[in-house]
Amino acid sequence: MNTTIKSAATATALSIMMATSSLADDLKIGMVVTLSGPPAALGQQIVDGFQLALDQKRGMLGGQSVELIVEDDELKPDVALLKATSLVEREEVDFVVGTVFSNMLQAIFKPIVESETFLISPNAGPSTFAGKNCNPFFFVTSYQNNQNAEVSGMVANKEGFKNVFVMAPNYQAGRDNVKGFNQTFKGTVTDEVFTPLGHQDFSAELARMSTSGADAVFTFMPGGMGVRLVGQFDGAGLNDSMKFMSVFTTDETTLPGQKDAAVGFLAAGNWAPDMLNEANKAFASAFEKKYGYIPGGYAMQAYDTANLIDSAITKTGGATDDKDALRAALREADFTSVRGDFSFNNNHYPVQNFHALKVVKREDGKFHTSFVRTIVEDYKDSFAGDCRM
Amino acid sequence: MSFTLFLILCLNGLQYGLLLFLIAAGLTLVFGVMGFINLAHGVQYMVGAYLIFAFTALTGNFWSALILSLAMALLIGLLLEYAVFRHLYGRSHLDQVLATFGIIIFLNELAKVLFGPATLTIATPEILSGSIQLTEQLRYPVYRLATIGVGLAMAIALFLIISYTRTGMLIRAGSTTPEMVAALGVNIKQLFRIVFGVGAMLAGFAGIIAAPIFAIEPGMGDNILIIAFVVIIIGGVGSISGAFVAAVLVGLIDTLGRSLATELLSFVFDSSVANQIGPALASMLIYILMAAILVFRPKGLLPAKGAS
Repeated sequence: MNTTIKSAATATALSIMMATSSLADDLKIGMVVTLSGPPAALGQQIVDGFQLALDQKRGMLGGQSVELIVEDDELKPDVALLKATSLVEREEVDFVVGTVFSNMLQAIFKPIVESETFLISPNAGPSTFAGKNCNPFFFVTSYQNNQNAEVSGMVANKEGFKNVFVMAPNYQAGRDNVKGFNQTFKGTVTDEVFTPLGHQDFSAELARMSTSGADAVFTFMPGGMGVRLVGQFDGAGLNDSMKFMSVFTTDETTLPGQKDAAVGFLAAGNWAPDMLNEANKAFASAFEKKYGYIPGGYAMQAYDTANLIDSAITKTGGATDDKDALRAALREADFTSVRGDFSFNNNHYPVQNFHALKVVKREDGKFHTSFVRTIVEDYKDSFAGDCRM
Repeated sequence: MSFTLFLILCLNGLQYGLLLFLIAAGLTLVFGVMGFINLAHGVQYMVGAYLIFAFTALTGNFWSALILSLAMALLIGLLLEYAVFRHLYGRSHLDQVLATFGIIIFLNELAKVLFGPATLTIATPEILSGSIQLTEQLRYPVYRLATIGVGLAMAIALFLIISYTRTGMLIRAGSTTPEMVAALGVNIKQLFRIVFGVGAMLAGFAGIIAAPIFAIEPGMGDNILIIAFVVIIIGGVGSISGAFVAAVLVGLIDTLGRSLATELLSFVFDSSVANQIGPALASMLIYILMAAILVFRPKGLLPAKGAS
């Protein structure tokens, strides 16, 4: 008797809990980012940036309270796929926000868009989904992967570099970045060097660099590779004789390790934490106050992603069932991006300005990239033309 | 390619080789003397790097941090031996692999929890931070020269200890007939403990001197462990002089290969093809060497005497 009452009570309690939870959270957002291993710092920035926007809106986007489910893809395609599938099938989320890395995006792309769930990438922007495989359920709030390197070529032209030594890790993204740079750079590329991924000792490459006669080096060495390269570049005394220009090598995630050795290094990007628009000032200071570190592009793009969802949900009046209406609302990108002007191209990749950036040391001893000048306005990727959407 | 550039590559290869030797020396002794497969050896390298980072932050001085880190690396090695490894000596290799692999995962995660996932750096000590002008364009960092010197000194010291001291004699004897050595009244367990502790300390030392050059991150020991195994297979398991020759060989081949492979290939193929194949081939070179050694000299270049 007792047990029956108990289980009945439990059942009632459970059903009440379930009812309240479905009432309390009108909007379910799943996030798939890398939170393991050394690249975890990048994923963490995305989580923090998104969370900041959520907190500023008191946990609501477009007036709907949000349940955010964060998943770690562990930088393993099979794990990413598993987590993404469970997000759309079991949790039935309205949006999936992810990923950090392009190969993770490739892994989760199909099951998400085929279930007609909106997938918004806050960082990875591979060419594969920008051209003829573009998808009505896929949006990118960062950039198309090739663009930063292309803009770097323009920066090199602008700086008047005649001979540039180009180096990247030997994998897809490395080769893409080299290709992007070569596309826009008008001078001579003295050497093209490909190192193993996760390279430790750059001394051989640095020796080649110093005898190459190049006046600058362009590189793409994300994460720990960048930290090592910058330190060894400085140790070999190359700072005096060569300019250092890079993408994803000296950013807010690696600068705490690179410190003074990176000051003055050039970069190209869609944003810098010290850009002077009002929205950005508010974002950068609120972010640093809350998390104690200077936000990088990853955090900024995640913050923008949350604001994009907010604007779309506001437009649909809280409804997520009508996918066409929601897509139209997303496409309008009617939010204030902290990077300035922002709109979507026909392939749902951003149209935005790109800038030359430079590493600076702030008065309090912290390091960040700083806005130098705008290199190209309303820059579109070169794949959008193949997209029929 | 100019002669100076070649010289620099050789110095780099030597330096990398000596670093490998410090790691492989411990590994080859533990493997050779105790017949124990210690996958967690690479993680000691990471531990060393994190120790020097923590102690430099704490004391503000590289040299006092160096001494503290070495002592701590030894202590951690002995602690691991006491807590985990000594229970595994009699067990099968699979058990040893599983347990020591578990330690890798545990310590990698611990480093992440304690220090965060980001890559950390420490400055090179003040008096070694300059660089020497070799030619008009080429300079070589003093710190790297210093690591070559220290690595060579360590190699010589180890060689002398193994060859000419009583402990060294016991280690050599213990590696071939441990039962006989024990029967003669030598505390073989004690001996193993010493070998283990010193091996861990050497790997930690490699991590310490590598930290200012290569930066510090969780999992940094995983790759170097694989190379260290390649080294001890090429050199001959259990042989210190073999480990030395093999480490320097691997260091030189890897460093020179990376710079020369693409150039040499571009004589045969056009440059874009060479650029595709070169880097891939360069990273395979040491494994090709290992395969060749396994075919033609399965016991390694300089096998330990009497090793079975």
